[in-house]
Amino acid sequence: MTAAGNPAVTGVGRPIVGGRRFSLTWVGAVPFLGYVAIFLFLPAAIIVAGAFASEGGVTLSNFANLSRPYIVSAIISSIILSAVTAVGGAVLGALLTYAIATGNPRSTFRRVVTSACGVLAQFGGVTLAFAFIAAIGPASAVYVYLSQHHVDYYASGVWLFDLRGLEVVYLYFQIPLMVLIFLPAVDGIKPQWREATDSLGGSTWTYWRYVAGPLLAPAFLGSTLLLFANSLSAYATAAALINQGGPILPLQISNAITSEVGLHEPGFAKAQAVVLILIVAIISVLYAVLQRRTARWLQ
Amino acid sequence: MTASVQTTPRAGVEVRLEDLTRRYAGVTALDGLSLTMAPGELVALLGPSGCGKTTALRLLAGLEEADGGRVVIAGKDVTDVPANKREIGMVFQAYSLFPHMTAMQNVEFGMQLHDVDAPERRKRAGDMLDLVGLSGHTHKYAIQLSGGQQQRVALARALAIEPKVLLLDEPLSALDAKVRSRLRDEIRRVQLEVGITTLFVTHDQEEALAIADRVGVMNAGHIEQLGPPTAIYSRPATAFVAEFVGLTNRLAGIVKGGEVEVRGTRLPLVKPDSTEGPAIALVRPEAVSVVSDGDMSPGPLTGSVISTVFLGATSRVSVDLGDVTVLAQMPTSAVGAITAGTKVRLSLRTDPVLIARDEKAATEA
Amino acid sequence: MSRSRRAKLQVFRVVTFVLFGAFFAGPIWFMFEFSTRGIGENSPRTLDAWKAISTYPDLVAGIVASLELAVITSIGVLVVLVPTMVWVRLRLPRLRRVIESISLLPLTIPAIVLVVGFAPMYQWLGTNFSDSILTLSLAYAILVLPYAYRALDAGLAAIDVKTLSEAARSLGASWPVVMWRVIVPNISSALLNAGLLSVALVLGEYTIANNLLYPNLQVEIVSLGRTSAGTSIAVAVASLLFAFVLLVALSFVGGQRGGRRRTRERLVQTFGRDFSGGTR
Repeated sequence: MTAAGNPAVTGVGRPIVGGRRFSLTWVGAVPFLGYVAIFLFLPAAIIVAGAFASEGGVTLSNFANLSRPYIVSAIISSIILSAVTAVGGAVLGALLTYAIATGNPRSTFRRVVTSACGVLAQFGGVTLAFAFIAAIGPASAVYVYLSQHHVDYYASGVWLFDLRGLEVVYLYFQIPLMVLIFLPAVDGIKPQWREATDSLGGSTWTYWRYVAGPLLAPAFLGSTLLLFANSLSAYATAAALINQGGPILPLQISNAITSEVGLHEPGFAKAQAVVLILIVAIISVLYAVLQRRTARWLQ
Repeated sequence: MTASVQTTPRAGVEVRLEDLTRRYAGVTALDGLSLTMAPGELVALLGPSGCGKTTALRLLAGLEEADGGRVVIAGKDVTDVPANKREIGMVFQAYSLFPHMTAMQNVEFGMQLHDVDAPERRKRAGDMLDLVGLSGHTHKYAIQLSGGQQQRVALARALAIEPKVLLLDEPLSALDAKVRSRLRDEIRRVQLEVGITTLFVTHDQEEALAIADRVGVMNAGHIEQLGPPTAIYSRPATAFVAEFVGLTNRLAGIVKGGEVEVRGTRLPLVKPDSTEGPAIALVRPEAVSVVSDGDMSPGPLTGSVISTVFLGATSRVSVDLGDVTVLAQMPTSAVGAITAGTKVRLSLRTDPVLIARDEKAATEA
Repeated sequence: MSRSRRAKLQVFRVVTFVLFGAFFAGPIWFMFEFSTRGIGENSPRTLDAWKAISTYPDLVAGIVASLELAVITSIGVLVVLVPTMVWVRLRLPRLRRVIESISLLPLTIPAIVLVVGFAPMYQWLGTNFSDSILTLSLAYAILVLPYAYRALDAGLAAIDVKTLSEAARSLGASWPVVMWRVIVPNISSALLNAGLLSVALVLGEYTIANNLLYPNLQVEIVSLGRTSAGTSIAVAVASLLFAFVLLVALSFVGGQRGGRRRTRERLVQTFGRDFSGGTR
């Protein structure tokens, strides 16, 4: 009701049914909810239901099939790759974050750098893969130049196109992502705490050990977890760089739905997807817990 | 809440700032500032933002390096000594406490850095928290304490390491008015009890006048006047001090023959040799009195009352003289029935006054 | 901070920015370098690889398809989201949390997982309705949802939706008029924001298209890459440049503010009357 109490404003009429007002205003949310139900919840349901189904009925056989050696090795490789790029991205990203945070918070430079991180964090997939192929691949100017000067870094194999290459390439979006999520925490460190530590007789080492370190630890850990989940879920970059085989879980999932084999075992891909999403979900929960601690101290 | 703790006042130390200069980005924040603080004295540096008071404090603390001059603590030249070796205690305006530590842990922290062992640390921290009246709050985190309580913990923490000098950088500015006056007295009580030489920086003149042994009024990087609060208030040395501390009426007048003629009244000058000609006389409200009876014929000092503000024992009356508004401060009993709109006549007490030349700035010619 | 500490910090910062700058700028630079190579050593730079783009029909088809998908998806998302979000603000405030959580959900679900659920759906869609690549926009709208939601939420929060719509309604406007002539003009920068983000995302999408076997731009780039490196990299650079231009445009659009005065002016223009009560 407006101040004028104009009845034209109350919108849809309200038939009174059975003594209670029946509101038709819910209708307004139907298009959105309906669309989301079909294209978000339905696929999710298909995955979960399909993972537990097979010819006969409800079964765990799809999950049992996950013990196939190539799947186990893919899961392990995925975890290792994600851990390496998470820790690497976190440490390197933390250094970059510190460099950014210690500058003038309102300078154009900082705004440019943080926008660049925003762009780079999304910059994955095909374009990134091709960028690295152009930069350090076997036909790149860098490789050609160095190998002509007797520095052949592909001497033991072209690592760009296997897991080792992914470890390097993934850093390209992991580091900016780290900056984006870790920077607010580092900004929350007040200069007074450093000065207080100074006035109480502390050194740079004791400051980091007793004050800044413990304060930033939850944010750092949480960010590392997010980087892990991000790396685990990445598909496009790997698909563009690795032409055959499926050394990591997302590639296995892709094989399972696009190959002939996949058609005979529809539940297999779904079981793999469930495993992946489960890991991501657990990480998200852990992250939320750590984030609350950070918010309490550094807001 | 007073401390039930025996703290023997330690003999404080002398602190000297000698000709300190500090420049950044082309701006001179401190211009040859010199100050000697007697052992156990509380000196307040008072001034508007940008006057350099915080810079002076930070140079004393060692958080910034001077471009020129010396800092001497207890006879030792500490100008090149870094902040963490100067044995100072500091309380900041905001964000003093470490958020991930309890009050007790905050207070113990300095001692931990000085390798004091745990039982001794705990005892001293407990004593310090008692001293500032927070014995029941030792296990709380900063976020669970009020602003005033946080600053008390900060004070306890600063004193726990038995520093030579205590530095307070506008410690009350971020607090509510009521908390501010209570805490200000607490700080003074603790300071006297411990006997530590203290530098207190503030922009609030009431704070400075209330607790300091001496007040240094600063402007544009130097001290305009240094003296006990009564002297600063009643005998301001410059127009800036007169205008910054307490209220002042600015009345146009003419300087002639060692006096200034203001609206028909001749007032003696603080500086009788001031150059002659038009000037602005700075008259304190307490020097102006208001009467509502007698000859009310129009004159330079007659006008009508705009408002009366009751301040307790005294009241402040603002009077519209047509071309200017004048504030008068008198005992409430003398104000009587004067209300808004009443026709009144002002009289100026013939105390020596300071004059200013510029319309805008309060600087002496 | 003491001088020596500050100096050490500056050195650290300079070294850090130079090293990281090289790491991030390098690959992009080399993409340009690669795509402008001539045949044979020491031959001059050339745009031959770029010009060859139009000679690959599949590639061109992929470009067209992706552009169409980008437009359809962004418009579609806006058409569904804007009325819903306005309606929720006006009538269903309790649903707001729910809508927000749902909209942000796709951020936490990896595309490779989503596509597993989409596969059987698209199979059914392909046999019973259409196997056009444009049906991908239905899936893309989900991917785009969180970004569009956040942009629109920021835009709607900046204007007083309730007062504006009530004022318009009291002047006799129907709901479509309220939407189209009152609300939409006032969130134009948020709309543009959401639209540009969606376009950038759709143009760069690979995972879903590839696994559902639809040949969009990125899929074509990859398959071209197996035969002609130079041209595929040229297209990759082009799509990168395009996304960059979009994001730069975004930063200018995002800078605008609605402002209460402009809101009132718009109301005056629309309804020819001044609201002396003001918008609070």
